[in-house]
Amino acid sequence: MAQPPDVIVAPAIEMRGITKRYPGVVANDRIDLLVRPGEIHALLGENGAGKTTLMNVLYGLATPDEGQILLNGEPVRINGPADAISRGIDMVHQHFMLVPVLTVAENILLGLEPMAGPIFIDRSAARRRIIELGRQFGFEIDPDARVGSLSVGWQQRVEILKALYRNTRILVLDEPTAVLTPQETQEIFAVLRNLAAEGHSIIFISHKLYEVLEIADRITVIRRGRVVGERLPAETNEEDLAELMVGRGVELTIDRGTSHPGDVVLRVDALRVKDDRGNEVVRGVSLEIRAGEILGIAGVAGNGQDELVEALYGLRRPSGGSVTLRDAPVTGWSPRGMNEAGVGYVPADRQRFGLVLPFAVADNIVLTSYYRAPFAKGLLRNDEAIERAAVRSIGEFDVRTGSADAAVRTLSGGNQQKVVVAREFGRDTSLLILDQPTRGLDVGSIEFIHRQVIAKRDAGAAVLLVSAELDEVLEMADRIAVMYRGVIVAVMDGRTADKNDVGILMATGGQNRPEAGAAIMAP
Amino acid sequence: MDPFINGLYGIPILGLVFQLVGYIIMVVPPIAPLIMRAGAPLALGALCGVMCERSGVVNIAIEGTMLASAFTGWAVGVALGPYLGQTSSLPFGITPTLLIALAAALLMALLISGVHAWLSIAVKADQIISGTIINIAAFGLTGYLNTIISPFSPTSGGSFAAFVPPKAITDTPVVGWIVAMFLNQGPIAMSVIVLAVVLQILLFRSRWGLRTRAVGEHPRAVETAGVDVIRLRYRNVMAGGILAGLAGAFLSMEATNQFQAGMSGGRGFIALAAMILGRWTPIGAFGAAILFSTFAALGQVIGFNPPTGSLGDLVTQLPRQTWDALPYLVTIIILAGVVGRSIPPAADGQPYEREQTTA
Amino acid sequence: MTGKSRSLRDAVTRIARQAWLVGALPVVSIVAALVVGAVVILASELLLPDHAFDPTLPIASYLALLDGSFGHEAAIVNTLVSTTPLLLGGLAVAVGFKAGLFNIGAGGQFVMGALGAVAVGVAVSDAPPPIAIPIALAGGMLAGAAWGFIPGFLKAISGAHEVVTTIMLNYVAGFVLTWAVTGPLGVPQSPSPVTYAVGNAAYPILIGRNGHLGILVAAAAVVVMWWLLYRTTLGFEIRTVGANADAARYAGMRPRLLIILAMTMAGLLAGTAGAGVILGINHQMNSTFTTTVGFDSIAVALVARSNPLGVPFAALLFGAMRAGSGLMQIRAGIPVELIDVIQATILLFLVAGPAVQRLFRLTAARGGLVSPGSVEPPAPVEAPG
Repeated sequence: MAQPPDVIVAPAIEMRGITKRYPGVVANDRIDLLVRPGEIHALLGENGAGKTTLMNVLYGLATPDEGQILLNGEPVRINGPADAISRGIDMVHQHFMLVPVLTVAENILLGLEPMAGPIFIDRSAARRRIIELGRQFGFEIDPDARVGSLSVGWQQRVEILKALYRNTRILVLDEPTAVLTPQETQEIFAVLRNLAAEGHSIIFISHKLYEVLEIADRITVIRRGRVVGERLPAETNEEDLAELMVGRGVELTIDRGTSHPGDVVLRVDALRVKDDRGNEVVRGVSLEIRAGEILGIAGVAGNGQDELVEALYGLRRPSGGSVTLRDAPVTGWSPRGMNEAGVGYVPADRQRFGLVLPFAVADNIVLTSYYRAPFAKGLLRNDEAIERAAVRSIGEFDVRTGSADAAVRTLSGGNQQKVVVAREFGRDTSLLILDQPTRGLDVGSIEFIHRQVIAKRDAGAAVLLVSAELDEVLEMADRIAVMYRGVIVAVMDGRTADKNDVGILMATGGQNRPEAGAAIMAP
Repeated sequence: MDPFINGLYGIPILGLVFQLVGYIIMVVPPIAPLIMRAGAPLALGALCGVMCERSGVVNIAIEGTMLASAFTGWAVGVALGPYLGQTSSLPFGITPTLLIALAAALLMALLISGVHAWLSIAVKADQIISGTIINIAAFGLTGYLNTIISPFSPTSGGSFAAFVPPKAITDTPVVGWIVAMFLNQGPIAMSVIVLAVVLQILLFRSRWGLRTRAVGEHPRAVETAGVDVIRLRYRNVMAGGILAGLAGAFLSMEATNQFQAGMSGGRGFIALAAMILGRWTPIGAFGAAILFSTFAALGQVIGFNPPTGSLGDLVTQLPRQTWDALPYLVTIIILAGVVGRSIPPAADGQPYEREQTTA
Repeated sequence: MTGKSRSLRDAVTRIARQAWLVGALPVVSIVAALVVGAVVILASELLLPDHAFDPTLPIASYLALLDGSFGHEAAIVNTLVSTTPLLLGGLAVAVGFKAGLFNIGAGGQFVMGALGAVAVGVAVSDAPPPIAIPIALAGGMLAGAAWGFIPGFLKAISGAHEVVTTIMLNYVAGFVLTWAVTGPLGVPQSPSPVTYAVGNAAYPILIGRNGHLGILVAAAAVVVMWWLLYRTTLGFEIRTVGANADAARYAGMRPRLLIILAMTMAGLLAGTAGAGVILGINHQMNSTFTTTVGFDSIAVALVARSNPLGVPFAALLFGAMRAGSGLMQIRAGIPVELIDVIQATILLFLVAGPAVQRLFRLTAARGGLVSPGSVEPPAPVEAPG
């Protein structure tokens, strides 16, 4: 619903001149934001532009150094989430604020428990209210289900219910669609439109241009901590928004060129893998990747992609099936064995697996090769050779660091990932396994890494690209395999694949295609 | 002896197991009150551990807290005894001296756990290092003061007396043993089972319990729901500390009436193992503590009342120290074998950063 | 001013600043702890009946402490002798920290090392010293290493937390000691339980009345551990496991094996300390053999921030206090446990210091004096995982 440009009612929220500094960075620089009642207001900006900080200020999680917040025209000071909630402001975070081991009801109640007496929680009243609220917005939810066992889409509904349970008038959603399929996204959009129609104000944080154009009544663009523009969807388009967001004309899609597939490098046959809890989450995956091609795996997070990749690199023992690398059986090989066989691996969680944060850049560059010549001679380290190699990699992969001796911890996210990429790409590899290689990075780093991947492919490497960002897979992959509940449900050409088709396959596995706008399925 | 039982005991190897079971059935019930007494400080320490770790703070300072409280209670009793007198007509031999001494012991525990909470929560120090510092300080300061005071051969401030249930009841098999185990106790040991049950109910049914469990798993989720994580953690660590202080008071004011340097004897650490074995639930921790004390009691009994038969031959061949070491060995075996895969609260031991540090 | 002298001055300033950054906190902590110790002494004076309050008692006590540790040649040698086990124990805890393990079991490993040394030493007591000494030392090292291996192995196979298992093993080591001295190793018909002496396996005295070979063994251990941790691939692997075990696995290292190795190495070092006390000082063992090495070693490693090159200095600090505490007790009547109090207070200030600084800076920043985060305070210690 569009709002008339002249505002008669007081704005639901007005933020004036908000400034927030962190050591070494000004996250928010005199930001103004105005949100009207019943409006879906999109906050558009790159990763690291300052959107999340601004919302943390609104939500009382961060204290602004300067600036003022007005709620319904009244200046207020928000002293923490409890204060924000009591004023009707609530937030659905990008990383869900849900406790997996607790039930849906317990998660929703937390902080605002209905009491039976001074000590105990009135559990039956809580249950009734939650079921009622769900129905009001069009879905049935089991209040006693454990949140950890729900799908991502359902967890998001729990988050929204949590806010509604608190009588929220202003709802902030931070990148709500990042982990959803296109269909789940549409379902959430329907819920949001319902909310706005009932007079709730919604702040929708995103860096996805087409989504913002679709859902928002008004768009504020932030770049490097500053507001760089405000637009109505009718007056703008993707190119205009992209330029505002990034600050220069950007190519929205990079040219992946043509691929010239050669011999089969990796052959996976009926692979089965169990997760940490012993559930089989990869249930018979078969695929082939040829030299000089990128195979993208699309799928909603948690459909076995992580376990598949870990099994391929030897971090997890397969419970069945086989893996063949250039006609040699490598099933169940160790990470070191795979590394020496010419496999490069960029793990999804770079800070947990890919890097040792307190160590120097140089040590991280030789993290998988420190024991080999020229970096070691027997048991002895060769610090000079390590330093030389590090300096070369830093130059080659444009890692912005003071020196090779600086701790990786001091680098920005993009440069940290470049250290991983420098290590894995900077040698002869016949197979590259990339798990979420650009997650959370700025546009410049994403572009850089994408070009490196294509260069590797053109040099004859086979590339396996796993990404929760469907757009990335669609842009990069020569062939796309869709993974659903531990199996590959479809393989298609990357250049002709239709986004909607892939989305439906990701969400349903392709068997029971739901009719448009049908009721949401139970988890 | 019954020929059938004799036959069972005669089976090679397996017979030894039967003999052991028979021996335990024979010797354990009469010492049930002793098991409870040995288990009380372990259970209180384990409950302290549950309260702290459920809210995400690792507390290995339980040992030091116990020791400092044991000393404080005893020392205050010694100081006040001559003035307030030590005769009592109240149940449990309660005197004003004892009550004030107990309060002082608990206050000391509150103070120490406050320091641990401050170091862990506000300073965000490594929680194991913080606990170690407290343990060293408690050991040093109590030893120092004890050495200074002991030359003046102070008299004791007295101790809580055990309630004695009627002999007619305690002589009944099974029921009598259970009654004796829980009721032939002083006030602190008697309260342990009550505390465990109450905590169990509160942890899983009350508002405090829900928030505590959530804070130990995902503190930011709790903060965003409008609950003050820092305050909740302070409260839990300090309330838990009082339980450890109660364990200390038990050592010097109920189990004995004196203080000895280092008298906590590793109970604070065994309590942690009991907490883990009990999977971070109050009832489980209580059960595990009783299991440990049963082994400890068994070790003692074997010393003066060894089994007979082929089991006895085997037992007497092992050095006496084997039985002394039994509870410690059992702790290790249980930690390594039984609970190797038990999962602690997800945020256990992690300091909570209130403001996000990333832009 | 010439460019050369300016660059020299810059270098001096830089080194001074570096020294301040590294050394200021420990120095301030030590001074603060001594003040706290003085307060404890004064307060405890009030507890004594029939004692005239003497406000200078803390000074007298500290002077006695200093005299007892550095006052004359014999005192200095004594200090070196008490430093030796702390140095080795400190290395044992530090190598654990480097591998992400908190080894509270140095005390038990120390006892087992002493027991191993006495058992083997008695057996080879008639062999020529050049043969007997290394064999007896190896016996102690192996016994300590075995006692360190157990918690490492248990952690690797089942995840049993080393903090609890090492403490339990400390108690078990005490029982093993009583059993050995009263049983298989004991001298029959002795009035009190005691073992035979180690004879030729005893360390030779190198300086003074009691400055034994163990001092050199400890010094060598510092060099070896530094070299191992920072100059070899094995050391790199151990440090990687300690800093990020998941990344180590990803990088093809074997964290479980490295955990076992690091704990065994820690046990070996602590065992060397125990062997040194037997072979260098006691020469035999009785059933009351007790030690404060376990917790002292943790203090040493924390003050040295787990750096092998810092360990000797920290060990010297606490070794001197232990050496001088006897004289302090005799002259000023101050119980030796005061050293534990001071030790704990030093650690408290070391850990809490940066936070206090941070608080102060934040307060100052609000007043507009300093911009927040302009100086990152150094981490108090390496966090063990």
